[in-house]
Order: sequence, then structure tokens, then C-alpha cells
Amino acid sequence: MAAITLDNVGKTYAGGTRALSGMSIDIAPGEFVVLVGPSGCGKSTLLRMIAGLETVTEGTIRIGERVVNTVEPADRNIAMVFQNYALYPHMTVRQNLAYGLKNRGTPRDEIDRRVAEAAQILEIGPYLDRKPRQLSGGQRQRVAMGRAIVREPAAFLFDEPLSNLDAKLRVTMRSEIRQLQRRLGTTSVYVTHDQVEAMTLADRLVVLNAGRIEQIGTPLQVYRHPATTFVAGFIGAPAMNLLPAQIADGQLHLAGAAVAPMTRAGGPVTLGIRPEDLRRDPAGPIRMRLRHVEELGHARLLHGQIGDSAAVCTVTDTAPPDPEIRLSIDPGQCHLFDAQTGARLTGA
Amino acid sequence: MVENRPLLTFLAHGALILGVIVVAFPVYLALIASTHPVSAFSSGVIPLLPGREMAANYATMLGQGISTAGAPPLWGLLGNSLVMALAIALGKIAISITSAFAIVYFRFPLRNLAFWAIFITLMLPVEVRIVPTFKVVADLGMLNSYAGLTIPLIASATATFLFRQVFLTIPDELLEAARIDGAGPLRFFRDILLPLSRTNIAALFVILFIYGWNQYLWPLLITTDERFYTIVAAIKRMAETADAEPYWNLIMASAVLAMLPPVLVVIAMQRLFVKGLIETEK
Amino acid sequence: MKRTIFGNQLLPWLLLAPQLAITAVFFLWPAGQAVWQSFLRQDAFGLKTSFVGLTNYAALLGDAKYLNAVQVTVVFSIAVAALSMGVALMLALAVDRGLRGARAYTTLLVWPYAVAPAVAGVMWWFLFNPTIGILPYALRAVGYDWNHGLQPRDAMTLVVIAASWKQISYNFLFFVAGLQAIPGSLREAAAIDGAGPARRFATITFPLLSPTTFFLLVVNVVYTMFDTFAVIHATTQGGPMQSTTILVYKVFDDGFLGLNLGASGAQSVVLMGIVIVLTVVQFRFIERRVEY
Repeated sequence: MAAITLDNVGKTYAGGTRALSGMSIDIAPGEFVVLVGPSGCGKSTLLRMIAGLETVTEGTIRIGERVVNTVEPADRNIAMVFQNYALYPHMTVRQNLAYGLKNRGTPRDEIDRRVAEAAQILEIGPYLDRKPRQLSGGQRQRVAMGRAIVREPAAFLFDEPLSNLDAKLRVTMRSEIRQLQRRLGTTSVYVTHDQVEAMTLADRLVVLNAGRIEQIGTPLQVYRHPATTFVAGFIGAPAMNLLPAQIADGQLHLAGAAVAPMTRAGGPVTLGIRPEDLRRDPAGPIRMRLRHVEELGHARLLHGQIGDSAAVCTVTDTAPPDPEIRLSIDPGQCHLFDAQTGARLTGA
Repeated sequence: MVENRPLLTFLAHGALILGVIVVAFPVYLALIASTHPVSAFSSGVIPLLPGREMAANYATMLGQGISTAGAPPLWGLLGNSLVMALAIALGKIAISITSAFAIVYFRFPLRNLAFWAIFITLMLPVEVRIVPTFKVVADLGMLNSYAGLTIPLIASATATFLFRQVFLTIPDELLEAARIDGAGPLRFFRDILLPLSRTNIAALFVILFIYGWNQYLWPLLITTDERFYTIVAAIKRMAETADAEPYWNLIMASAVLAMLPPVLVVIAMQRLFVKGLIETEK
Repeated sequence: MKRTIFGNQLLPWLLLAPQLAITAVFFLWPAGQAVWQSFLRQDAFGLKTSFVGLTNYAALLGDAKYLNAVQVTVVFSIAVAALSMGVALMLALAVDRGLRGARAYTTLLVWPYAVAPAVAGVMWWFLFNPTIGILPYALRAVGYDWNHGLQPRDAMTLVVIAASWKQISYNFLFFVAGLQAIPGSLREAAAIDGAGPARRFATITFPLLSPTTFFLLVVNVVYTMFDTFAVIHATTQGGPMQSTTILVYKVFDDGFLGLNLGASGAQSVVLMGIVIVLTVVQFRFIERRVEY
């Protein structure tokens, strides 16, 4: 178990393309940190830099006290679980688990002990003498986990390990990974593009976009106080509504109507409001023209338009909706962002 | 098939049976000829049914050869052919798989040039540069030696490309996992790449064994010492004298012996053979 | 192109060393020698060598025997390609009907690939032997007097048959693979559209098979130009009257028997040019990626 410290880490490819910049993250020993962001945001690259599979062109990466920028992957004392599992197809499960230990010259009986222990934890004992192709997706996933835990490394690195599984299995494996990590207490860095997976697994989230960190925080901090419009739109489903608004005369104006008292200085802002925070209210100041309704069973999503912007509202009542719906909002639920930069406006 | 047409099915069977017969015809007659005494070939037409001299003919060829036709006992020739075919097949595989490993898994200066140097061998078949190649081998003192029979033939662009193709389909993550598991280049090559290329190696071996066994012009040129004759190249030396002394029974026995090993390899390993044939042209 | 690679700089050279050494010593150096010699001329006793520029090439163009070899090569290549591909295509179509025993037929058809060209040549030579051969015997019955030792046309026929016999199995396998790659649903759709077997072949199967056909055409031309040396050397030895002297045979003949290194070198260079063109055509056509 070790801390992982990234200090102003960046990556510029030989061709001059800048993939990542200004990555500063302190990961505490035993912490589960999830790197989340859309595809192409650089999250996998960052993970692979921690693993030693990509070179670091700026800044320093420490695992424990040691700067590992130029250390071989094998010597970083980390283990990695790959998206496609990367199990050696010609080796049995047992050989897959033992390979890393064997290469390090671990004594035979120690290897056997650790493999047996990992097999017991992951319940893959019955498959130890099978080849990977004889296993189901979930079983392969467990073997990949097993290969990581037999090494008893300082840190686990996960690169979208659940994205090849079907939806149901993904939910099961998600909680298994979380429980396993709690039990072993191993520092973990986990990459995903799935914000639900990120929210449910993480002690802390690092939200990445276009090679930069948008926000670092616990799932609740990120959900409740998104630092930018990007985070606001990325975390939470359905996504937060982001609507152009004005502050004038101590009021927040949306599509020409004053919708909430607002004490800050005037001017254009972006109003962020989650669909569940748009309340149906016959006397409400906001008018939404209804486009269509999505039935979820426990709730409905009303898709419509407020002014010129598309908006979504979650309702739980089953009353047939009118073509025009009146809505109101609580000033406490409003997130205000700079209309130009998208940065959160504090004190809102 | 799309619809049931008995007539077409009948014709198809007919065509195939005819094809099989035409293909087998010369070999059948060679086999028959090898069972007759030499007197059967002095006049008239060659026999179409088996004779009784099979054991004697093959024993003669394997044990004594035909001294007047410059054919030593065939056991030695078959042994030389086996050495040549094995050395060429294994040698080509060995140097090609390491070349492909270097080209796919390393970045180094002049990699491009190395790649093209190998590629260009595709365009220089031995028949085309035969005279100067002979001179090089003669200057190196490699005439009448196993080294001379095999080494000049074992460079292979085709095999290098085949392995390169195989390696390119192996997921990057396997290498990454192996590196995290502490495997260096040679260990990765031995523990991961070689086992994963096993069937490709076997398929290629079948094709290259046939290639090596069937070499003709090269052994003909560089062997003047009968201790190094190969059976395929020696057939011609025997046949040349056939007009004077028609030992057709013995010549055909030699032909049968010369084709038997590679034909058996193809029949026994048909699946690997087809795979190898189609892969080397991909 | 691999995402992850090893960093070593010396190891790849060690891995490449055997292949590169053999390539340099036995391929590049001799090829260079052939090019160099093609610009030289030796006197009759091999004592004096002088640089003569393109004279050897010019001499080739004016040499009736060389032009004859070009013609022989063209006729031989076309005949072998047409005969072996035609027979192979018919057999492949028959097997592709999904007959009972298709696998057994395939086994019985593919093994001649393993027979050495020289051995194939000797067997056919035996079958066509003018005095005791079975085929001349049969031909005499229909009034044809076969003699490949005297008749250029008979000699050509002999080497074409021997060379084609051996190549049928190769073409057959590739045609079968090509036919299997055509989705059955296409032929089913054509059948539903009312096309009979002949029309289906002409309008669906054959056009979709054309990449395979073209590929085989190139391969067969390469085969007849270079790999059939043994067939000819083991049988007609280029005769009678140069009627079966193909280009490769002539290089050998002039270089080893005639000891005319300049002329042989110039011929080698011309052949290299032909192989390069054929290789480029082949790579272009199958889009084999030579860049990496």
C-alpha cells in the first residue's frame, strides 16, 4: 500500500501533440481514485503513465517516496487490470496468475500459496487448470483481478475493466471490486468513461476533459458542487440542464421571466439546474413547451424547451402533461456558471 | 447448395473423379513401372498392371544405385534430402521469426532499411542471379557441403512477413501485461510469442519442408561429390542415360521415393498445409 | 504498429543479423554482381574485361535466340496458366457444390503440390516416351506420330502438361477458398431472382471470384517463369531447336554452358525487372501493406 503523487505531470507526443498537462493529484495510501471523462480526455494515457507503459514528458510521478518516471513497469510494484483482460491465451489460469511471480523468482511454494489464496478470494479455484478461452466474461474478469492480487502490489491500476461485460454483470463486478479493494486496502486508480461506475466506486473522483483536470473531489462534492459546466453536464443522469440566464435587479431571469431572487452582481450567466430540481408548479414562473415524454416507470422525463434551449424535467406524478408546463425552482438548487468560461461562480 | 439438381451433382462427381484420375495417372504408371523387370521397357508399350519385381527394384535402388548412371545408393540421397529440407525449413523459420520480432517490437535507427533489405529478396529468385550466387558460394568454399546446400536458401521475406502479420494481430495488452509481470524482450519472445505462433510455425514448416525437399537447380549446381547429392537433383542424372540403357523400372522407383516424403507430409498434415499455403500468400 | 515496444537498441540488430547477413551475401551482392557484369565484356579467353556500357543489352535485342526465348516464355506462361487455372476452376466449382466426399476429393487433388517439378517432368517424359510411352502409343492409334525430341510443338506440349499438372492443386485450393468466401446468400438471392446455374456462375460467382483469378494469374506467371526451370531441365533441356528455351533457362545456359557472363548478366537484370514489376502488381492488387 503506497501513496501515488502526481506533480504537474504532462505528456507531449513526439509529433508535438499535447495529450495531458498540469496533472497534480495526491492519492493517499489505500485510497480508491477514479479517473473519469469522455473518450479521448487522456484518462487512459495518464493511467498508462503511472504504470510505466507511456513515457512522462513533464512533471514527476511518485509511488511511495520514489520518483518512478523512468522506472520499468515491472519495477514499479504495481499491477494492472486491462479492458480486454490481456490474459495469456496459451496458459492456464494457474499459469496466468503465477507468471509474474515466477519471473520475479518467487519460490515455488510461495507462488502456490498466493495463487491458492487469490483463487479462494475470487472463487476461481475450480477453473485454475482451464485456459482463458474456456471461461465466461465474468470469470476472465476475475482471473485478471487475480493476476493483480497475487502480486500483492503497492497499487492496482484498472483500465476500464468492466466495459466488456454485459450490463447486469457489470453491476455485480463493480461492487465486488469495491469490496475487494476495501478488504485488501490497496491503493487503486481506476479509469472509466461511465459516470455511474465512477460515482459508485470512488473515494475520490478526478474528472478529466481534453487533457486537463476539471475537478477533483468526493462523488458527492462533485455532484453537488460541479466546478465547471463540463462537470455539471458530465456527472449525473439525466444530465443537468444548462440554460443561458441573466441576473438583473436582484432576480435571476430565464427566458424573459424572473424565476428566483439572486443577490449577486448582474450580467449573463449559465444556469445549471438538475432535472429533478425543476418542480412542477401551476403558478411557477418558468414555461416549458413539451416535446416528448420518456416513461421510466418510477418517474417520467419530460423533454421540452425553455426559451430557445432544450431542457429536461423529472416528475413522479402521473398526471397527463399539458403542451405547456409551468415550473419553479429553489434558489438553493441553482448552480451558476460564468457564461464565457463555464467556471462555477462562487457564493451562488 | 441452392437447389437440388441431380444432373449437375452427377456431372460434378464425374468431373472430380476424372480430375482425380488425371492427377493420379502419371504417378500410377510410375508406380507400376517400378514393379517390373528392365526387360519390360525394351519394346512395345509401358505396362499398365503391376509386376513382381517391386521389392527387388527398390532394394537395388536403396542399396546399390545404378553406378553406370552415376546414381549412388538412394539411402544416402534420401538422407541428404532430409537434411536439406529440415535445415532449410527450420533455418528459414528461425531467422524469420527473430527478424519479425525485431521489426515489430523494437524501434531503432535504420529499421526501415532493414525491412526493405529483407523485402527485396522477394524480387531476387535464385534462378535470376544464379551465376554470381554460384560464384559467391564457390569463393566461400561452400561447394559440396551441407552449408552450401542450405544457407544460401534460408533468407525469407515471405516467412518474415507471415510472422510480422501474426505478431501484429497479437494484442498490445499482452505485451503490456507481460512487461508488468516482469518479462524482458527475450522472455516475452519465448513465453508468449513462440507459443502463440505455434500453429503458424507448424503450417509454415510443412510448406518450407516441401520447398526444401524439392530444390533442384541449386543442389544440381553446387554438388559434384555424390556424397552430397539430393534425390530430386539426382533423378535427372539417372534419366539422362535412360535412352542408352532404359532402366525405367529403377528410375521410376527413384521418382516414387523422391516424391513419397513430401507427399506423405501433405496428406498427413493437410489442414496445416492448406493453412500454410494460403497464409504465405496473404 | 505497436503501441508499446521494447527500448533496446542492440538486441534488434542481433535478432536481424542472420537474416541480413544471408540477404547481403547471397542475394544483394550477387544481384549487384549481375548488374555490374551486364556492363562488362570478356574476351574469348577470359583474360581481358572491359566496360561496354549498354552494349550487352543492345546485343540482347538484336539476338534472334533471345527474342525467341521471350516468345517461348510468353507462349509457355499463357498456356500453363490457362490450362492449370481452367482445370482447377472446374474442379473447384464441382467441390463447391457441397458434394458428399468433398474432403476426400480435395485430399486426392492437392497432393501433386508436393511433387518436385523435376520429378513431375521425368514422369511425364516417361509417359510421352516416343518408343514405349503410353501416350504416343494412344496417339499413334489416331494417326499422330508423337516425337518431342524432333517436333518443337510436341516438346512444348510436353512441358506445358508437366508444368500444369503440378500447378493444378495450388490453383484448386485458392479457387476453393475464393468460392467459399462468396456468401451463399448471394447465390440464393440470384436463384430466387430466377437465375439458373450457368447464369449464376456468369453473373455472380465469376465476377466475385475475379480477385482470386487475377491473383492466381500473377502467381502462375511467376511460377512458369521461374519455378519450371526444373521441368524443362529434366526433360527437353530447352530443345529441340530452342523451342522450349524459356528466359530463365537461357540465363543458365549462357552463364554456365556458354560462359558468357556479360550476356547472362544482362538477361538476369531484365528478369529482375520482370519480377519487380510482377511483385509490385501482386502487392498493389492484394493491398498487402508493405509499410508497417
